[in-house]
Amino acid sequence: MIGHEFEVTTRPDGDGRVTFELSGDINAAAGDRLGALHSELDRDGLNTLVLDFERVEYINSTGIALIVALLARARTADVDVVAFGLSDHYREIFQITRLADFMGIFPDRASALRAAQG
Amino acid sequence: MALWRRKPKSESEADRPVEVRTVEPVDIAPDDPLLAYLQDVARPVEVDKLAVDSAALEEMKASGVELIVPLVTQGELVGILNLGPRLSERDYSTDDRKLLDSLASQAAPAVRVAQLVREQELEAQQRERIAQELRVARLIQQTLLPKELPQISGWTVKAYYRPAREVGGDFYDFIDLGDGRLGVVEGDVTDKGVPAAIVMATCRTMLRAAARRFDDPGRVLEAVNENLHVDIPPNMFVTCFYAVIDTSTGLIRYANAGHNLPYVRTDTGVDELRATGMPLGLMPGMSYEVKEAKISHGDAILIHSDGVVEAHSPSGEMFGFGSLMGIMGAYGHAENLVDRVMGELADFTGSDWEQEDDVTLVVLRRTSTAQEAAATLMAENVLAEFEIESREGNEREVIDRIEQVVAPVGLSEVRLQRLKTAVGEATMNAIEHGNRNDPALPVGVMVKTDSRAVRVHVVDRGSGSGDHSLDPDTPDLEAKLAGEQSPRGWGLFLIENMVDEVNETTDDGLHQVELVMYLEGDGHDRA
Repeated sequence: MIGHEFEVTTRPDGDGRVTFELSGDINAAAGDRLGALHSELDRDGLNTLVLDFERVEYINSTGIALIVALLARARTADVDVVAFGLSDHYREIFQITRLADFMGIFPDRASALRAAQG
Repeated sequence: MALWRRKPKSESEADRPVEVRTVEPVDIAPDDPLLAYLQDVARPVEVDKLAVDSAALEEMKASGVELIVPLVTQGELVGILNLGPRLSERDYSTDDRKLLDSLASQAAPAVRVAQLVREQELEAQQRERIAQELRVARLIQQTLLPKELPQISGWTVKAYYRPAREVGGDFYDFIDLGDGRLGVVEGDVTDKGVPAAIVMATCRTMLRAAARRFDDPGRVLEAVNENLHVDIPPNMFVTCFYAVIDTSTGLIRYANAGHNLPYVRTDTGVDELRATGMPLGLMPGMSYEVKEAKISHGDAILIHSDGVVEAHSPSGEMFGFGSLMGIMGAYGHAENLVDRVMGELADFTGSDWEQEDDVTLVVLRRTSTAQEAAATLMAENVLAEFEIESREGNEREVIDRIEQVVAPVGLSEVRLQRLKTAVGEATMNAIEHGNRNDPALPVGVMVKTDSRAVRVHVVDRGSGSGDHSLDPDTPDLEAKLAGEQSPRGWGLFLIENMVDEVNETTDDGLHQVELVMYLEGDGHDRA
């Protein structure tokens, strides 16, 4: 099958922040792995989830649904979500789906982390 | 007026009823001096006492007319009453004359009114007859002019025909001669109205028959001339230009029976297509010179009738060949050459111009090599057609192939990415909902392009009903985040938002979604 398998690494960033380093394709096949990370959002002291899309190649509508579910879970846990590393195309998709209204979108990791601190 | 005379009565016939004999009316020439005299005196006059040198008067005398009573109204002689001898055989008395004078003065206006009414009736009948003739002539002409123009690869053909009020005999025709050869005719029958239309119809039929018999355009005109001169009414003839164009090479062979010389606009200027020959139908045994020319890419031929060059300005000047040649020089390469000619003509003749003759223009333009390349691009072109198995994730294969296939079209990166996403979502929809993830059912993909757009067709075996059909509600993100709606349901929304047009059809068990990305929208991307 064409495409790259979804992988995710969690990376604590201190100050109540955690980064999910996402890579490959965010589609139906990514559902289990992303779903398994929902519990990470319940950790004590967590205030910000940083989504790193730099190595994501493909997001389809199922992938959008997975991100919506993750965002919903974060809101339940009172965790802010910021994202960076989206291509221009997926940034546009995050805008027309209004995901960008509910998570800060930043061009790179540094600006995302700065915003998370503020 | 009728002439009445009592036949002389013999002794033996005395007891018989009075016989009144009707005499042939006397024809009076319009220039007979008697008429001027009667108009002048305007009262009853005795024939015997008249000293006018008049043929009519002599005829009246011979017929036994004794008294002429002129009917004059408003100084105009509108008729005369001719009286023979009185029944009593006495002379007309002064009282008789007064009575007749009085009668004439009352009858004259009534006669005049009757005459005017009659004249108007005749005029109305005449007008209706002419109008009917014009309708018939127009009908004949419009029925026989080509309904559509030939569609020839590498050429654009335009024709313009505007009949004068009193329809002239212009005509044009295109004859498909096979092997990429096109016969082109423009003709003009002298005379107008129905006679011209009938000759035009006859000539057109003869030309069509001859064009199929003979390759040589001169031979075609010869044959038509031989047939036409037998049937054509006296004083009528037909001017006619006939050419055979090899549309693949641009070679034109032509002959001309006295028609206006067509112009060719080339890279270097304007040339005439000059060949000699007498008009058709004048006399038998005519031969027609045949000439050849090469029409290069970008050149245009203008064939024109008298209605253009012989149009007059309000001050009486003629438009002339020079003006038309000038327009050909200036605008011969322009697509709107016909509009240019008619525009210049309208400026020249002014708005009150009553068109004197039919105007016919035929333009044949050999497209330039650049235009040909554009035309090739304009033609619908299937870039790819393939199928995939209905397995989850196979939309990625389709997306990758679309990216390769549409590369030559040159979409901008932004619009290419949008198209890829829309194609991916449509394919997912086809796999999951249309074919219900059954690998045995293929999803068909076809990619087409034309001058306006890239079109991707995604076909599945579903009915297109239910959640499969394209009827997206805008997903409510707040409701999804609040857990009130499923987080899913983005596919159709993405498709609709990514491409310029989405069309859906279901036919014979196949459900098809067409995704359209306009090429002209490129460079005007959404923020």
